[in-house]
Amino acid sequence: MAEFTGFRRPDGSVGVRNHVAVIPTSVSASALATRIGADAGERVRATPHQMGADQPTPAREQTERVLAGTGRNPNVGAALLVELGTESIDVEALADRIAASGKPVETLSIREVGGTAAAIEAGTERARSLVGEVEGARRETADAAELVFGVECGGSDATSGIAANPAVGNACDRLVEAGGTASFSETPEFIGAEHILAERCADEATRERLLERVEMRENMAQLMGVDLRGAQPTPGNQEGGLTTIEEKSLGAISKGGTTPVRGMVEYAERLPTGGGLVLMDTPGYDVESVVGKVAGGAQVVAFTTGRGSTTGNPIAPVIKVTGNPKTWERLSNNVDFDASTVISGESLSDVGERLFDLLLEVASGRPTEAEYRRLEEFAINEIQPEELVGLRGEAR
Amino acid sequence: MKGRVLDGCALLMTGRDTVVTALEDLEAVREIALGEGKGPVVLREAVPFGHKVAVERIDAGDHVVKYGEVIGEATERIEPGAWVHTHNCESTRGRGDVRSDGEAVAGGERR
Repeated sequence: MAEFTGFRRPDGSVGVRNHVAVIPTSVSASALATRIGADAGERVRATPHQMGADQPTPAREQTERVLAGTGRNPNVGAALLVELGTESIDVEALADRIAASGKPVETLSIREVGGTAAAIEAGTERARSLVGEVEGARRETADAAELVFGVECGGSDATSGIAANPAVGNACDRLVEAGGTASFSETPEFIGAEHILAERCADEATRERLLERVEMRENMAQLMGVDLRGAQPTPGNQEGGLTTIEEKSLGAISKGGTTPVRGMVEYAERLPTGGGLVLMDTPGYDVESVVGKVAGGAQVVAFTTGRGSTTGNPIAPVIKVTGNPKTWERLSNNVDFDASTVISGESLSDVGERLFDLLLEVASGRPTEAEYRRLEEFAINEIQPEELVGLRGEAR
Repeated sequence: MKGRVLDGCALLMTGRDTVVTALEDLEAVREIALGEGKGPVVLREAVPFGHKVAVERIDAGDHVVKYGEVIGEATERIEPGAWVHTHNCESTRGRGDVRSDGEAVAGGERR
């Protein structure tokens, strides 16, 4: 049986890290959250973001879903929510959503506590006290079936679809076989490959939802009167040999493996444990997409890149995988796994097995390159005005 | 790796494909043996690592096939051995700049 060691939480979920998260409710509290994260010690992770204090309701609800999900992620042992105090997000209601998982949650209002100097002091003290509450937790053996594995690609080139994505897909197949959950997203990168995914859907409702979401993303181009080709594939993708969105998508979907598609959830919606392969409807921007899956409960992320990437996430370890031998050579301090051996003849199954072993090691505490270097990126997808117009026509 | 490596330097992903992917930087006039009773193709230009080469003639408007699937259509006649990229192949999807009848949308950005 495939196993790892992790931190069992009160709600039964298993964290692969034992962080205290400092979560601002708006951009106005983000700098302060970063400062508290830096001052309160190694175990504390801030999630600064750019969302404003008064977003339109659907956008605000999405931000709340991301923040609540981030706090509920099993890698978070305790959370401190920080607000300026003028936000339309109700910080206490948000704290309740996180506390429902049984973990300690504190809040801090910059206005109430008397400004930023007082807030740094009070916030650092509260974060340290939360560290005191979680640091006694010890790793225990857990079944790989407890893992939710988020997979992502960024900076794709022609090697992504040939080597890195199929290698990660093979690791996903192994995790699903072991009873776990794998999730990939980036709906714009299903365009041109959706017929293949649709055939793999386990039920009709999932199939319809998938096709509807792909159509919505494709129609966004229509709403804005632009041609997706200017943005997809990106100029970097094109330099790497990818000509059209169809070609990019056909390579991208291989990172989810070959098992049936069991469902499709909203951006940052909870991913089921033991759920098999589940899609999430996210934009193609990789940082926002990773954050959506981590808010959905992914404890570990694999990120494939052809052209190179240094990305990481404050809450979940991000294993970077490249299929491009030049990128592996140049960015060996930032990339964790070389899948270019697929091109030089190693079997996909062997590479997938090595990658699955690395997944379990990272879950059990082995730091990734991004963790060593504290490279952490966090961004929330903001629903755009054009999308709000589109949403009005849709029953939700 | 899925597919068949041709002459140690190019990957044909499925038997239906009309393009192969260069597995190294390929120089002009290099020959790639296709095997299976087909004659070799001669590269008409240099093709960088990861980029595509046509292995058969693709007429303007015809589908370009990789992974056994349509990845776009040819915007001009593409000869065997030619580099296939954005200059001669375009997507058929996400075209918010053109209506279904092919007319440009007013104010639409044509890239």
